[in-house]
This record gives sequence, structure tokens and C-alpha cells, in this order.
Amino acid sequence: MIDTEKTSRLSRFLDNDMVWSFTHSPMAMAAGIATLLFFCAALFAPIIAPFNPFDPAQVMLWDGKLPPAWADGGLPQYILGTDDQGRDLLSTMLYGGRLSILVGLAAVLLGMVLGTTLGVISGFAGGLTDVIIMRIADVQLTIPGILTAIMINGFGRAFLPIEYHNQFAIYFVIIAIGLSDWPQFARVTRGATMVERNKEYVQAARVIGLPNWLIILRHVLPNVMRSVIVLSTLSFAIAIISEATLSFLGQGIPSTTPSLGTLIRVGNEYLFSGLWWIAFFPSLTLVLLVFSVNLLGDKLRDILDPKLR
Amino acid sequence: MRYLFGRLMQVGLVMIVVSFVSFSMFNFVGDPLSSLLPEDATAADADRMRDALGLNDSVMTQYGRFMANAVQGNFGISYRLKQPVTELIASRLPATLELVAVSAVIAIVVGVTAGVFCGIRPKSWASKTILSSSLAGVSLPTFVMGIALIYIFAVTLKWLPSSGRGGTVDLGVWKTSLLTVDGWRSILLPAITLSLFQTTMILRLVRAEMLEVMRADYIKFARARGLTDRAINFGHALRNTLVPVTTVIGMNIGGLIAFSVITETVFQWPGTGLMFIQAVGFVDIPVMAAYLLFVAGLFVLISLTVDLLYFLIDPRIRLS
Repeated sequence: MIDTEKTSRLSRFLDNDMVWSFTHSPMAMAAGIATLLFFCAALFAPIIAPFNPFDPAQVMLWDGKLPPAWADGGLPQYILGTDDQGRDLLSTMLYGGRLSILVGLAAVLLGMVLGTTLGVISGFAGGLTDVIIMRIADVQLTIPGILTAIMINGFGRAFLPIEYHNQFAIYFVIIAIGLSDWPQFARVTRGATMVERNKEYVQAARVIGLPNWLIILRHVLPNVMRSVIVLSTLSFAIAIISEATLSFLGQGIPSTTPSLGTLIRVGNEYLFSGLWWIAFFPSLTLVLLVFSVNLLGDKLRDILDPKLR
Repeated sequence: MRYLFGRLMQVGLVMIVVSFVSFSMFNFVGDPLSSLLPEDATAADADRMRDALGLNDSVMTQYGRFMANAVQGNFGISYRLKQPVTELIASRLPATLELVAVSAVIAIVVGVTAGVFCGIRPKSWASKTILSSSLAGVSLPTFVMGIALIYIFAVTLKWLPSSGRGGTVDLGVWKTSLLTVDGWRSILLPAITLSLFQTTMILRLVRAEMLEVMRADYIKFARARGLTDRAINFGHALRNTLVPVTTVIGMNIGGLIAFSVITETVFQWPGTGLMFIQAVGFVDIPVMAAYLLFVAGLFVLISLTVDLLYFLIDPRIRLS
């Protein structure tokens, strides 16, 4: 049949029943589109943002603490008002959201790669390797992730002189969140690997003499990816919250290049003087972002991996 | 028994790992000599000091000494507050424990009640509202919730205080704020903030478990026997959801302690969490190390207690 031969990879992908269930669930689509919008806003922040908040020439200190454009005393060019240093709040939030998403992605990637690698090795090798890796994961899971992240970040900073804290803050945050996250991935992939390991196709691969690493890479890994994708989405939401929390506590991204959490911390200091917008808009953005990602993860789980609770 | 033994091994492992991390903090971060020696000290002085402090001993000997001190509750003196760390933690602990206790009560009462309601009447509009707002609750970071409550109830309405513990009553070793009206007014906002996340978790779990149990045969038989709805819902259904619910509540109390760090910072609540965050800001290593060890001990204690509770709640576990 000429038709089937011509079918491209893309249209085969779109014909998939999982894609069908995704496009036919209004909630999943809405969450997906909302998440996509946040990513676009982050990606194109330098183009969309009316001001560049990091360019001293564009920041007027005397324009500081202005309310949103529609409120009394607001200026039309600052749609959502300005922060304490006179930066346009909308622009600062766009750049801040970009930073939050970037840190979240990097942290999840770190946790995912580390956790999946260890989980697959653990499940595939079994025996003592398995016991050691899973014990470490158990030990870490005794303590909630956010506390682990605060501690790793805090101790990481302790090793460095204070003057370098701001410069390296972002890396510490990424590493802290990523390291606090890996046991979840290790657990799920280990379970999935142990199921796959005993299936016939893996045994067949063994019989024809493929080396272990090739079996893991080509045969086992693709089959545990579904769980990993779902978990990554849900972890991404948690990572964004963790980053915001660390920054809010003053242990994360510094206020020279603020993330959403940093902006909320700054806004919180001005809450009592009635400057509600500096805290409100970043908080709203953060909550909407996390909510969309959570909803997307929830729906993806229903579609891709119903077993995962 | 074998299970319990395995658990104890794991507990031991957790404590050893954590104490080693805590010890490394103490020994390898910064140079303890720089803060102890006079400015005009010679290299020979430094060597003598190093000897006197035992810094030339092997790592294992030093670790042993650290543990011996830790067991006796000696963690050194806070760099920032110039106060023994143990004293510091002891004076801050009541505030944290009271906050966690009040939040736990709120989370359990509200979570179980709402969960049972949603489980019994899954189709009513009230259950659907509760359930969808609970997903929003999961997405609301603790500190955002805290700021929102402060803005509404403290800044705008001026009903409740925004920070501190209010009046306290000294009961000898324990300073409580639960005996004054002022104290109750102060604890309300932080406790609600802290309990929100746990409430939604408990709610969703109780609901799911109730839905599951309500389909069981023994519920149908109980109906056929003509028992009242109340006896069925609470005597039979809720009782059978208790094992998973206890696990989650146990784990969540751990979560409450973790998130108390954040809530205490938002509300400037003078507990151990706020102490820890301030210590991190000042790189006050003795406080950081002691807090780490203390929290790990607390978590281990909670998870052991939960395990033992199973034996009490479910006779089937005792047999297997």
C-alpha cells in the first residue's frame, strides 16, 4: 500500500491513541495550552517585555513603587506598576518567570537523570547494588523534599564565602532541588525495570548476546519512559514551588536578577505599607503556573500511566 | 518482628548518615582556629591549639568525640547568638511544637470530616466544590497562602496579629502561648497556613478510601441488616480506612515540621524553623548542624511511632 508507506513519523505519532485521548480531554488541552503559554512567555521574555529591567538606563528610581496603570497614581507605561527599585513589574515578572521555569527544568532534569539512572541500574542489577541504592533512597525519603533542598542549599552556601553567594545562588538552588528529587524517580523506574527485566523480549535480547548497557538503553529505558514523563511533569511543579520557596526565604535567587519567589519576598516587605501589587502579581503568576503544570501532570498520568496512583 | 528489626536498622542508618553530615559541617566548613586564636598568634601557637582541640586526631576519633558530645546534648555555642545551641533549641522548641500540634489537629479534623463527606456523597455539588478547590490547595505554595492570610486578616481587616506568638505563660520548662487569648489569636493564621497542604492531602485520601470501602460487601450486608447510616459510615466504613490514613497522617506530621520552617519565617514565629533559617543566613554552623541532627531524630521517631500504631489499629498486621 503506497499510502501507508508515505505515512510520516509525525502523522503516525498523531494517530496514536494517547494523543487522541489527550486532544479529546478538554481539561488536558486547557492545561497543556496554559503551560505552553507560560513557556512561550518565558522564552520570548526579552521580546515581549516592555522594558529591560536589568538595563540601568531604562530603570528610573524615582518611578519606584508606582501602582498599576488603572489605579490612582499609576502611569500608563507601567501596566502592572513598578517594584521598589523602579523596575516595571510586568517586565520583571516575565524575566522572573523565565528564571523560575529555567531553574525548575534544570532541577528536574538533574533529578530525573540521576534518579532514572540509579533506578534502572538498581532494578536491572538487583542484589547488593539494588539494596544499597534503594536504602539511600529510603533514607532520603524519610525527610520531606523541601527540607532536604533547604538543607543542601544552606550547607552548600556554608562552604562558600558570603561574597560569592549571589553569584552562585542559581547553581546551588538547581543542585539542591535536583538532589532532593531523585529518590522518587529511582523508586518508580526501579519498579518498572524489574517488571521489564523478566519479559521475553529482554530475555531474547540477552540470548542474542547484546551487552547489558545496550539492553538497558534500547529496550528497558523506552519502556519505563512513560512513568518518567508523568513524574517529571509533577516534579516540575514541585521544583518551581521549591525554587520560589527558597528564594522567598532569602536563600535562593538574589534580588538583582529576581525570580518569582524573590519578587514575592520583596513584595512581602512592602505589604504593610499598602503596596499590594509587588507581591500580588508574582504570587498570582506563580500559582497559575504551578496549577497548570499540576493539572497537566494529573491528566498525563491518567492517560499515560494509570497505574501510578 | 523481622520487619521491626529491619526498620530499626534503617533508623540506625539514617542517624549515622545524618550525624556524619552534621559532623563534617562542624569540622570542615571554615577554620575553627580563626575564631579562637588571638590575632598575634604564631604558627607554633596554632599548632598547640590544634593539638589541644584534638584536630590532629584521625577523622574517626574526631567523629567519635563529636557523637559523644552530641549524645550528651552538647553542640557547642552559636556563632551568632553566643549561646549554647542546646539551650537555644530548647527555648525555641515549644513554639514549633505548639504550632505543629494545632495545625495537625486542624488538618485531621477538617481533612477527615470533609473527606468522609465527599466519600459518602460523591455526587453532591458540595463535594465537587470541595474536591476541585483541593487541587487548587495543592498548587498554592505555603508562603503565598501565608502572605494572602496576612494581607486579608492582619493588614486589611486588622482582626488578627500578623507576627509573633502573642502573650506566653511560663510553665517552668515550657513557655506556652495556648493559655492566653492573645496567644490563640496569634497562632490561628500560621496554624491554618501550615495545615492547608496537609488538609488537602488527608481529604483526598480519606475520600478515595471511603469510596473504595463503600463498595465492599460488608457495607451492603450492614445496610441489609438495617443499621443506621451513621453506624455504617463511621462504625464500619471509616474504621476500615484508618490504616492508610494513619500512615499519611504520620508522614504529614513530618511534612508539618518541614514546612514550619517556611510558615515560621512568614509569620516571624519564634520557633526552631525560624532559628534555622536565620542560622543559614549567618552561616551559623553549630546551629545548622544541631538542627539537622535534631530534625532527623524527630522524623525517625515519627515514622517508628506510625509503624507501631499499625499493630494497634489493624490486628491483621500483627498476625502476618
